[in-house]
Amino acid sequence: MASTSSNETVTQREQSIVLEDVKLMYTIFADVPPKTKLLMLELHRDNHMEYLLRGLQQLGPSFCALDANRPWICYWILHSIALLGESIDARLEDRTIDFLSRCQDPDGGYGGGPGQMPHLATTYAAVNSLITLGDEKSLSSIDRDKIYRFLLSMKDPNGAFRMHDAGEMDVRACYTAISVASVLNILDDELVRDVGNYILSCQTYEGGISGEPGSEAHGGYTFCGLATMILINEVDRLDLATLLDWVVFRQGVEGGFQGRTNKLVDGCYSFWQGGIFALLQRFHTIIGESMTLLDAGQANCADSPQTTVESDISDGEESLHGTSSSGDEACAIQQGVNFGNVDRKSIEGRAEREPLFNSIALQRYLLLCSQDPGGGLKDKPRKGRDHYHTCYCLSGLSVSQHCWSKDEDSSPLPRVVLGPYFNLLEPINPIHNVVLERYREAQEFFARS
Amino acid sequence: MESDEGERLPMSRRPEWSDVTPLPQDDGPDPVVPIDYKQDFTETMDYFRALYRAQERSPRALSLTQEAIRFNPGNYTVWHFRRQILESLDADLHEELDFVERIAKSNSKNYQIWHHRRWVAGKLGSDAAIKELEFTKKILSLDAKNYHAWSHRQWVLQALGGWEDELDFCQKLLEEDIFNNSAWNQRYFVVTRSPFLGGLKGMRDSEVSYTVEAIMANPENESPWRYLRGLYKDDIQSWVNDPKVSSVCLKVLRIKSNSVFALSMLLDLLCHGFRPSEEFREAIGALRTSDSEPLDSDLGKAICHVLQLVDSIRANYWMWRKSKLPVAV
Ligand SMILES: [Zn+2]
Repeated sequence: MASTSSNETVTQREQSIVLEDVKLMYTIFADVPPKTKLLMLELHRDNHMEYLLRGLQQLGPSFCALDANRPWICYWILHSIALLGESIDARLEDRTIDFLSRCQDPDGGYGGGPGQMPHLATTYAAVNSLITLGDEKSLSSIDRDKIYRFLLSMKDPNGAFRMHDAGEMDVRACYTAISVASVLNILDDELVRDVGNYILSCQTYEGGISGEPGSEAHGGYTFCGLATMILINEVDRLDLATLLDWVVFRQGVEGGFQGRTNKLVDGCYSFWQGGIFALLQRFHTIIGESMTLLDAGQANCADSPQTTVESDISDGEESLHGTSSSGDEACAIQQGVNFGNVDRKSIEGRAEREPLFNSIALQRYLLLCSQDPGGGLKDKPRKGRDHYHTCYCLSGLSVSQHCWSKDEDSSPLPRVVLGPYFNLLEPINPIHNVVLERYREAQEFFARS
Repeated sequence: MESDEGERLPMSRRPEWSDVTPLPQDDGPDPVVPIDYKQDFTETMDYFRALYRAQERSPRALSLTQEAIRFNPGNYTVWHFRRQILESLDADLHEELDFVERIAKSNSKNYQIWHHRRWVAGKLGSDAAIKELEFTKKILSLDAKNYHAWSHRQWVLQALGGWEDELDFCQKLLEEDIFNNSAWNQRYFVVTRSPFLGGLKGMRDSEVSYTVEAIMANPENESPWRYLRGLYKDDIQSWVNDPKVSSVCLKVLRIKSNSVFALSMLLDLLCHGFRPSEEFREAIGALRTSDSEPLDSDLGKAICHVLQLVDSIRANYWMWRKSKLPVAV
């Protein structure tokens, strides 16, 4: 138990409260028999589906506060459903397309609800929702020419974008604009012009990216900034070594990520921060290739530490992976998996590499600390579920399950998926955060039309 | 003052609105994500939509946006229309600041409020600087890491001024909570951008001393370590050569031999050409406690190895760093 000393600062006090909650969870987990462990690590698919479907069909009065975010709610729910490998029936799909069309502004772009001004964030959410639904009817409901005009009208002379007419200008706006333009195949030099300069001016001395020049490095903005730079082919202008060093330190002993230095762990950063690793691995050649150096048995079990919370909580988990042959489970967990002398590339023909963050620890945090057994996912213990956290916790879970695969199409080995293998989620395109298959269909569709 | 919600008279029964036909939301026959709106909410928004469509920029429209905002401060369309009305009516913007303050108290993490506040303060000009600094100070006293409040504060300083006491403000917040990374970030902002200080070069010596002191007080606090590195941004050579930097690493390692931040900075220094003295080699050599293998004679490799052990959550990263080390030092 952490002692509470009177001269602790607010940061220390809040951190020790959260850490105690998390440790308690992990202690309970460590003490139960293997069968119970497996149950505890289960992703409650049915309950999550029920929670999601219910939200799609009816939201209570407390959602008045999200009345200007309804395409977001659609996206959070539809993307979560797609990550779970499920889909909605044709009728519900039609209703979604119809509803989003009513959010589409006559002059282009989508607003937060019918009759609201077009907004970049809700445009992103609506476009991603329609891509996630994915058939012809859904994709062709997007008026690309008008969206292009809307995007252009949101561009500031300095190159960055504003969220809406005379709205706030920040890295989020740049990302949503460029993401939408790219996925709809309408990205051109005019939209790209100088946006890279703006993102670059937001990389802070810490290494991460802030919302505006001068602000604090933040996981959400770092993801947005990095994804934007990748889409406009300017990622090498960023100081990637420092960015990587910053993001790697955002993963805490809890296993989950914090959004900023000395802040608390939060499940949604599993995607914002975890997704950064996926972006760097997939789209940055130097880091992506270098990471493959970790292949083939570099992970040495002698390196397994026994001193931290991290290894303390991982005892006895080998049965859950069903593969570790040595008694040193902590090693298997800590290194993700110990392949010993086996040439990994030959295992079932699947190419693997170690991600630069601890993907097993992240999965453990998500499954044990961020899941509401009644359905939905959340920030941390003691917090309530919501659709936003459900979407980004699941997105982060998908990233951490698939980040081992060197090529997008190979399915992960059972031992890199914590808990039962049916926990495995669909892979995503990490730049846009839509399910990979749907992204490809959309890409093909918009290349033709 | 706002009226009690319980006593609210439906708008349809207020004579001053009798000329307006409310415009319902075009949700379609069978919408997804339908919200079970409260009746008051629906009515207010129906009238709002009617006035917004008619672009009626009147005093009653202004007060209607106030009601709509109270129901949902996240509705950017309402805020936008409100700005248009304020402009058309040439309204008293000081009063507007008070309105925003009332709303912000319970919604301090909402983009729209801060964007609106920035617009109002921008219209008022440098006269508003003191009030805005006070306002953000108040919000930060409730949550010292409120991202929007800090962004607003930075905007105020740059657009309206008020830099004079900002370093003291950071100092005070850091005294309260030395782990507050937002305050460290603000400190960096002030040191690098204040027109009254000598910039990074002029401030470096005193800032390094301050930071080193903070590190020595709490070596496990990541913020001053990142700040220290930041003080040498774009001047890596000075960072590598400044004995104050390498010596703080050494000092910390002597108190706490497994300090991840000290080891990590030492590794970065080595990667950038730092030539370690015998003292450093000995300090690192002393770290081989739990491990039976002798440490690598390559100091960079040895540090990576130790980091893999003491910072297990990042073991893969340290392994990768090891693979990327420049030729032995
Ligand atoms: Zn969150």
